[in-house]
Amino acid sequence: MSTTIDDDVTTETPPKPTKRQRQAANIADAASGGIKMLLFKLVLLGILDAVAVYAVLVLAGFGQWLIAIVVAAVAALVNWIYFSRRKLPAKYLTPGIIFLVLFQVFVLVYTGYIAFTNYGTGHNGSKEQAVSSLMASSLQRVEDSPTYPVTVVDQLGTLGLLVTDPDGDAYVGTNDQPLEPVDAEFDGDKAVAVDGWTSLQFADVLARTDEITELAVPFSDDPNDGAVRTPDGSSAYLYTSTLEYDEAAGTMTDVTTGTVYSDIGTGAFTSADGDELLPGWQITVGFDNFVRAVTDPRLAQPLVYVTLWTFAFALISVASTFFLGLFLAIVFNDMRMRGRKYYRVLMILPYAIPSFLSALIWAGMMNESFGFINQVLLGGASVPWLTDPWMAKLSVLLVNLWLGFPYMFLVCMGALQSIPDELQEAATVDGARPWAVFRLIKLPLLLVTVAPLLIASFAFNFNNFNTIYMLTDGGPRDSNAPIPVGFTDILITMVYKVAFTGQSRDYGLASAYSIIIFIIVAVISIIAFRRTKSLEELN
Amino acid sequence: MRVNKKSLLAAGAVAVIATLGLASCSAGDSGSDGEASSSGTLTVWVDAERVDALKGAAEAYTEKTGVEVELVGKDNADIKDDFIQQVPTGKGPDITMGAHDWLGELSTNGVVAPIELGDSAGDYLPVAIDASTYEGTTYMLPYAVENIAVLRNADLVPEAATSFDDMIAKGQAAGLAHPFVVEQGAEGNPYHLYPFQTAFGAPVFGTNDQGYDSTDLQLGNAGGEQFAAWLSAQGKNGTGNFNTDIDGDIAKQAFLDGTAAFWLTGPWNVGAAIDGGINVAIDTVPSPTGEAAAPFAGVKGFFISSESKNKVAANDFLVNYLGTEDVQLELFKAGNILPALSAAAETASSDPIIEGFAAVGAEAVPMPAIPAMGSVWQYWGIAEADIINGADPTATWQKLTSDVQAAIDAK
Repeated sequence: MSTTIDDDVTTETPPKPTKRQRQAANIADAASGGIKMLLFKLVLLGILDAVAVYAVLVLAGFGQWLIAIVVAAVAALVNWIYFSRRKLPAKYLTPGIIFLVLFQVFVLVYTGYIAFTNYGTGHNGSKEQAVSSLMASSLQRVEDSPTYPVTVVDQLGTLGLLVTDPDGDAYVGTNDQPLEPVDAEFDGDKAVAVDGWTSLQFADVLARTDEITELAVPFSDDPNDGAVRTPDGSSAYLYTSTLEYDEAAGTMTDVTTGTVYSDIGTGAFTSADGDELLPGWQITVGFDNFVRAVTDPRLAQPLVYVTLWTFAFALISVASTFFLGLFLAIVFNDMRMRGRKYYRVLMILPYAIPSFLSALIWAGMMNESFGFINQVLLGGASVPWLTDPWMAKLSVLLVNLWLGFPYMFLVCMGALQSIPDELQEAATVDGARPWAVFRLIKLPLLLVTVAPLLIASFAFNFNNFNTIYMLTDGGPRDSNAPIPVGFTDILITMVYKVAFTGQSRDYGLASAYSIIIFIIVAVISIIAFRRTKSLEELN
Repeated sequence: MRVNKKSLLAAGAVAVIATLGLASCSAGDSGSDGEASSSGTLTVWVDAERVDALKGAAEAYTEKTGVEVELVGKDNADIKDDFIQQVPTGKGPDITMGAHDWLGELSTNGVVAPIELGDSAGDYLPVAIDASTYEGTTYMLPYAVENIAVLRNADLVPEAATSFDDMIAKGQAAGLAHPFVVEQGAEGNPYHLYPFQTAFGAPVFGTNDQGYDSTDLQLGNAGGEQFAAWLSAQGKNGTGNFNTDIDGDIAKQAFLDGTAAFWLTGPWNVGAAIDGGINVAIDTVPSPTGEAAAPFAGVKGFFISSESKNKVAANDFLVNYLGTEDVQLELFKAGNILPALSAAAETASSDPIIEGFAAVGAEAVPMPAIPAMGSVWQYWGIAEADIINGADPTATWQKLTSDVQAAIDAK
């Protein structure tokens, strides 16, 4: 497929065609496309448009205007591109670009956005949600108060509660009107209807859930007596609230202690002496997360050695897998070896097994007291493969070598076979020894093709979450570190621990780390790619 | 070349359609959720394994009240995070199934609404009500109580042990080198060691009238250090009864193979033991001291979303319907763990296995749900693992206490 695209580009672009030539080419294009092609195109675009129209209608129905506009615009653009007689490059590129935006750009931009917020435990939603949640939690049922059977009643659109007290007397009241005694009709012990009010059936109650959730009937003229609320429409309880929200001042007041919590721009109501009322809400915090990522003393100390180990892990993994793969490729490239095919298949096997599965199996085999390696291979030795800091590092590297060398083996084998034999012959005739042939001729030629893959492999291993998470989960734990990191944690597993383990999540900080990791990997890759270019020029 | 271009074009068109299809799917999803909220449908997230158990109850409730109950089976491991993330967007469920130790996190994130159990609160096991309450407010309708106990291979050791040492002695008399297994791991497993710790009188937190008090860390009291010394004596350099190389699978295998006669684990492993042909008896946790060894109780229940548009129906469904004995027994049949409603618990206890766990559960204390507990978990297991592996018990325990205190203060 790629060759056809190349052909296309080369035949279409270089000699700038005149306007007439272009028109002729377009007519020829359309003519040779044929009626079937046109129909096919129409059907596909028709389906696409139908889906787009449906999506826009649904989205508009739910007030998602921005997304609706984006969907409509994209659909219009796609139609324009494919109905146009020109726009040949766009016809090739559009689908890819749409996927790129959807699955890469959006994710990156969103991660970037999260990195500048305080999104995490306690800062999860909007301010209104935080306020309503705080108010709901601050309701305290008045001690030893009874359960009141209630009927929800309606008078000209105003909801009220018809309350039966334990003595069997009926009261009615609304949000503004405290409870007052009335003569009511009783069904058993419960007042069910009163003159001037319509009693709501359960279905009506459900239909007006929002109003009923807000309904708090003052128990008496004294607000300190609390208010009667019904959570389920059939029983009510007497509550007092411990918090008072002043919307104008933006403060929460704890009425039992008198403490005033105000919104000081940190995403939570905070008292004068620094106590926060949680839940708070999500705000943007600028570069705070990035500053914290490198300066927080609790994080800084582990960050240094985790970063060092991440570089060591990625570099050693690339080097070890490359040299083992290269060595095996050279060995199996030798015509004198018999049964090379079978050996090669065996070599590929570790690559064919999903890496997370192999990592789990290795973790089992490396168990100190029960693992296959210690028990069977070493006859009952107790080598702390995964529990000693240095041994664990070695084990991780070994397992990653096992997982990674088949790839390098494949790549090197292909590259070696593309080096002409004549070069080796010429060198041998000139009297070069095998090592010199390898070092001075084969390796440089090999690196031209393989170096970009080595860079890619470095980037992959820098973020090799699977192997670390499945094999050691970063362990053994560093009991001196203030956060739960271990001696084999790499940056990405540390970020995972910050964001997703324990009871406090910090998505903002984790996103900031992700961006830092992205920058590190990108910078190293760019520098390395520059250097490979010079390698190419040498040859 | 023509053909290639056409197929490319076709592929491109298909891709675009698929993309928009995806977009419209997600739009469709949010649409149905929105509808659900406005037309009196309750969306309930349920542990995928318990969907069938709730199905009957949901249908019966629909018949009784006309409210549709839509059960969504979810992987238990994802429910908490998905709930916390989706409730603020307005697209979460009305009700979710969960465990009481999520409570601190859910409440700190403001995603749960309080539940008023009213007079029915007295009908539940006290430990279930304690566990459902956070800072004095009830947030969860409890349906099951779960705790660990000792599974005994009654063919190897016919009599229950009276103390920890008695258990080891009885097992060794039956010819077993390490008769007792408990799940640990490189980072320890404090949940499974907690009964022994409480036997030394060292709970994690003290309590006040609001429940656990995060300012009163009891972990490091004198009992804690005695426990550490005992743990060290039972570890690598002592009797070897505790071993951090034994994980859940190895412990299970040892019990199924008959190389261990006692296994400290939860009801979730009883099925495997019975299927393995073991004559299982359930015992209380043998205490290393004279005091009772109280495990943590985990209470399962249902939470109402703070952003639910159907709070009235949700409250009615939970309190007045799922809180009834029939429904609790139905759920019990699916999960085989003790119902939280006292009457249902009594009925369920006719099964000797359940009765055994219930007897241990009578001594159990709810696992603290306060956020400070997160700081404890972080250091607790690793310190215990270090002690088992021969670290100085007193120094390690003191460091554990100061690390936890520092982490709590930093919050």
